[in-house]
Amino acid sequence: MTNSTILEMRGITKTFPGVKALEQVNLQVKRGEIHAICGENGAGKSTLMKVLSGVYPFGSYEGEVEYEGKECRFNGIHDSEKLGIVIIHQELALVPLLSIAENIFLGNEQASRGIINWDKVQRRAGELLKKVGLKEAPDTLITNIGTGKQQLVEIAKALAKDVKLLILDEPTASLSEKDSHALLDLLLEFKTQGITSIMISHKLNEIKRIADQITVIRDGKSIETMDKADITEDRIVTSMVGRALENRYPSRTPKIGETIFELKNWSVYHPLNLERQVIKNVNLSVRKGEVVGIAGLMGAGRTELAMSVFGRTYGAKISGEVFLHGKPSDTSNVGKAVAAGLAYATEDRKVYGLNLIDHIKHNVTIANLPGISSKSGVIDDNCEVKAANEYRKKTNIRSSSIYQITGNLSGGNQQKVVLSKWLFANPDVLILDEPTRGIDVGAKYEIYTIINKLAEEGKGILMISSEMPELLGICDRIYVLNEGRIVGELSGEEASQEKIMRAIVRGEEKVAS
Amino acid sequence: MSTETAPPVVNAAKASMQGAMKENLREYGLVLALVIIMVFFQVMTNGILFLPVNLTNVVLQNSYIIVMALGMLLVIVAGHIDLSVGAVAGFIGAVAALLMVDYGVNPLLAGLLCIALGAAIGGVQGYFIAYMKIPSFIVTLAGMLVFKGLLLNVLSGRSVGPFPPVFQLLSAGFIPDFLGPVTLVAPRLNAAGGPTPGTGIVLHSTTMLIGILIVAAMLYFALKSRRNREEHGYAAEPFSFFVVKNLVLSGIILFLMYKFASFKGLPNVLVVMGILIALFVFVTKRMTFGRRIYAMGGNEKAAKLSGIQTERLTFYIFVIMGMLAALAGLIYSARLNMATPKAGAGLELDVIAAVFVGGASALGGVGQVAGAVIGAFIMGVMNNGMGVMGINIDWQQVIKGLVLLGAVAFDLYNKKKA
Repeated sequence: MTNSTILEMRGITKTFPGVKALEQVNLQVKRGEIHAICGENGAGKSTLMKVLSGVYPFGSYEGEVEYEGKECRFNGIHDSEKLGIVIIHQELALVPLLSIAENIFLGNEQASRGIINWDKVQRRAGELLKKVGLKEAPDTLITNIGTGKQQLVEIAKALAKDVKLLILDEPTASLSEKDSHALLDLLLEFKTQGITSIMISHKLNEIKRIADQITVIRDGKSIETMDKADITEDRIVTSMVGRALENRYPSRTPKIGETIFELKNWSVYHPLNLERQVIKNVNLSVRKGEVVGIAGLMGAGRTELAMSVFGRTYGAKISGEVFLHGKPSDTSNVGKAVAAGLAYATEDRKVYGLNLIDHIKHNVTIANLPGISSKSGVIDDNCEVKAANEYRKKTNIRSSSIYQITGNLSGGNQQKVVLSKWLFANPDVLILDEPTRGIDVGAKYEIYTIINKLAEEGKGILMISSEMPELLGICDRIYVLNEGRIVGELSGEEASQEKIMRAIVRGEEKVAS
Repeated sequence: MSTETAPPVVNAAKASMQGAMKENLREYGLVLALVIIMVFFQVMTNGILFLPVNLTNVVLQNSYIIVMALGMLLVIVAGHIDLSVGAVAGFIGAVAALLMVDYGVNPLLAGLLCIALGAAIGGVQGYFIAYMKIPSFIVTLAGMLVFKGLLLNVLSGRSVGPFPPVFQLLSAGFIPDFLGPVTLVAPRLNAAGGPTPGTGIVLHSTTMLIGILIVAAMLYFALKSRRNREEHGYAAEPFSFFVVKNLVLSGIILFLMYKFASFKGLPNVLVVMGILIALFVFVTKRMTFGRRIYAMGGNEKAAKLSGIQTERLTFYIFVIMGMLAALAGLIYSARLNMATPKAGAGLELDVIAAVFVGGASALGGVGQVAGAVIGAFIMGVMNNGMGVMGINIDWQQVIKGLVLLGAVAFDLYNKKKA
C-alpha cells in the first residue's frame, strides 16, 4: 500500500572494493512513524542511509528505492533534499564561527539574485528555533552553545528545507540525559505534525520509548523488523548480536587491596574564566583491583576533573594533592603523570586519542616509546611489532593487521586501540573517560571484559560514564559528581539509578542555598 | 558478531608478488619518476645530462636546496611551514663573508659561529611558534622580511668576496684520491704531449671504492633486516622482488658513482649531504624523536595527551631548520664565492616545492626524507635539463609550477584509489 508506506528500499546491495557492506537489505517505513534502525557498528546502518540520501549515487548500488510511491534515482544529496529527505549526521555539520541563523540556512540562503535578505533570515530563523524549542537569539554563534543546542540547530536546519523524512544518525550520542529527553520529545512532536523519522541508535531505552517500528541490521543484512508491541530489550540485543547475550556485564569477583590512588582537596578553575571554580575540593580514592565509577550529568566536571589530574591538561589555578601508593606524586605534566603510573583514556578518541592517519602499531606504542627503544632513543622495530601484536590480541582488535590505518577502524576497535596504547604504558591507575561511548553492544561487552581483567591484575580503574546502568553493572564503588563537587559515594551493592539521581538533586539544592 | 576473525600473527612471506609490486610502486614511484625525467632530458639534451661534469653540476646546484629540504620535511610533517629559510640562508652567507673576508676570522670558526647563529634564529622563531602559539606561516613570513632587510643592512648594498680558498672547497672541492687514479681507457695525447680533456676514462678510485662500500653496506643491512623479520615471523616481500629491488638500487648507485669517479670524484658537498641524508633518514625512521614528530603532525592533541611535549618538540624542529638554513647559506655563498644582497631570494619556495613533490602532506603527519630528497632532485634535474636545452627562464617557471601541481594531484589521486 503506497499510501501508508512512505519509503521502501528493496534488495539494496552495496559493495566496496573487497567488502560487501550491504547485502539484500530491505527497509519499509510507514508514513508518520518513527522508525528505529539498530545494529552494531559497521553493520551497515550508515551506509544504508547514505544510499537513501544519495551520498552514494544511483548506479553505485543494486536494488530499488521507492519514495512516495515513485522509484528514485538520486545523484546526490541535493536530489533527495528536494524531495524532503534530510539526513543529520552524527558528527554535526555546523560552522562554529557563524551564527545560528546563518547555519540554519547554510546552502539554502534566503536570497534573491545572490543577495541575502537578512530580515527574512532573522524572522524565519526565529520561527524555526521556536518550533524546535531552542531559546537562543538567532545571531548567537554556534561555538557559544552546547552540543545539545547544536543538535537542535541541525534539526531547525532540516525543517528549513521542508523535511518530510528526517534521518538522524545517533542523535543523542553526545547529549546529556536531559537534552536527549528533550530531543526525543521533539521527535514525538514532529510525529504529530506528520513528519516521518528514521533514527539510528544504540540506546535501547530510547528506542523503546519512541520507536513505532524497529529494523535490526547485522553484518550488512536486514535481520528483522518488529513492531512497538514486540519490542523487548532482550529481543533487540539478541537480534543485533546474533546470539542471546545473557548478561550485558561480565561478572567479576573483586579482589580489592590497599589504596593506590588518592586525590585530596583537588580544586580547579576554568582556564578562560579564572573566577569560575570547576572542581571544588574533591577527595576520592581508588584501591588496588577496584573499579570506581564517577557518575554525574553532562557538565558536572567529570572530564575536567580527570584531565586536570592527568598532567594538568585542563584548567588553571589547580590546587590539591595526588597520592599514588600513599606517596605524594607530581602529575603536573603528562610525562610525569605517566611516569607516576597514571593513564587517561579520553572520551573523544578521534580528537584526543588517536593519530587517525597512522596505523595501529604506531598508535599503540606512542605513549611508551621508551618501552621499545634504547636509552639513546633508537626504536627497536621487532620489539615494537611484537608489542603491537600482543596488545592487538589482548584487546581483540579486529583488523587485517597491525598496519591498518586507525581512521578506517570501527568505533569499538578504535577504542580498543586507545586502551591498548594505555595498557602498553603499564599504568597502576587507569582513568577511563566514557570508554564505551558510541560503540555497539558487542564491543561494549568486550571493553567491560578488558576492564575486569585489568582489575583482576591489580590495577585501579576510575571510570567516567554517562550511562548509569553501565556504572551500576561494573563498578565496585561509585562517586557522584555534581557541579564540580562530590555529592555522594555509593558502594556497588547499594547503588541504584534512583540513589544516584537523588544525590545529584540534593547536591543541586545544596548549591542553591 | 564475528569474534574469530582476528588471527594476530602475520603470515611470513605470504605477501604476494603482486601485492608487493603495488605497495612498492607507490613507494618507489618517485624514484621511477626521477629516472624517467632523467632519461627524457638525456635524450632531449643529446646526452649532455649524464656527462660526468654535468651530473656533478646538478649535485652542486641543488646541494643547498636538499640540505634545507631535510629540515623543511620535519617542519612540514610537524604541520608547520618555514618561509624564512631563503632569507636566513642569504643573511648567514653575508655574515660568513663579513667574518671571513672583512674580519679575517678562521673559516672553520666562522662556519661554526654561523651555524650557531642559524640555531639561534631558528630558536627565536620556534619560540614564537611553539610557546606563543603564533602560526608558523606568520612568524616565518615576518622572519623572511626581517632577514631580507638585515641582509641588505649588513652588506650595505655591496657584494663581499672572494672567500678564503679553504672555505671555497666546501662547494667547489672534491674528496682527495687516496688510492690514486686508475686509467681505464688512456686519453688521447694532444700536440703538447698532455692528455686531451674529455677523452679516455680515468677513474677516481677512492670514489669508486666508496660507492662499492655503500652498496655492500646497503645490501648487508637489507639482508640482515630481512632475516630478522623472517625469524620473528613477520611479513616480508617475496624474495624475487627483494632481489630485483636491491639490484636496481645498487645499479643506480654504482652508475652514479662511476660517473662521479670519471670526473673529479665525489664533491665535498655531496659527502656532507650524504651524511645528513643518512642521519635524517635514521632519525625519522628509527628514533623516538622522529616518531614523535609524525605523531604530533598527525594529531597534535592526541600526541600531547600521550605525553609528548609538543611545544619543546616544535621548538627543536625550528632550531634544526635554522641550523640547516645556515649550512645551506654557507654552501650557497661558497659556491658563488661571494655574498650578494640578492642571495637566497626565493629559495624557500624551491625547498617547499621539493618537499611537496616528494609526497609530504600539507596537513602534516605524512612525508619521507627520501621523498623530499628525490623531490629536490626532480626539480633540480628539470632546472638543469631545461637550462641545457636552452628553454627560456619564463617557461621554465611555468613548467616547474605545473610539475609541482601535477605531482601533488597525482599523489592525492593515488591515495584516494588505494
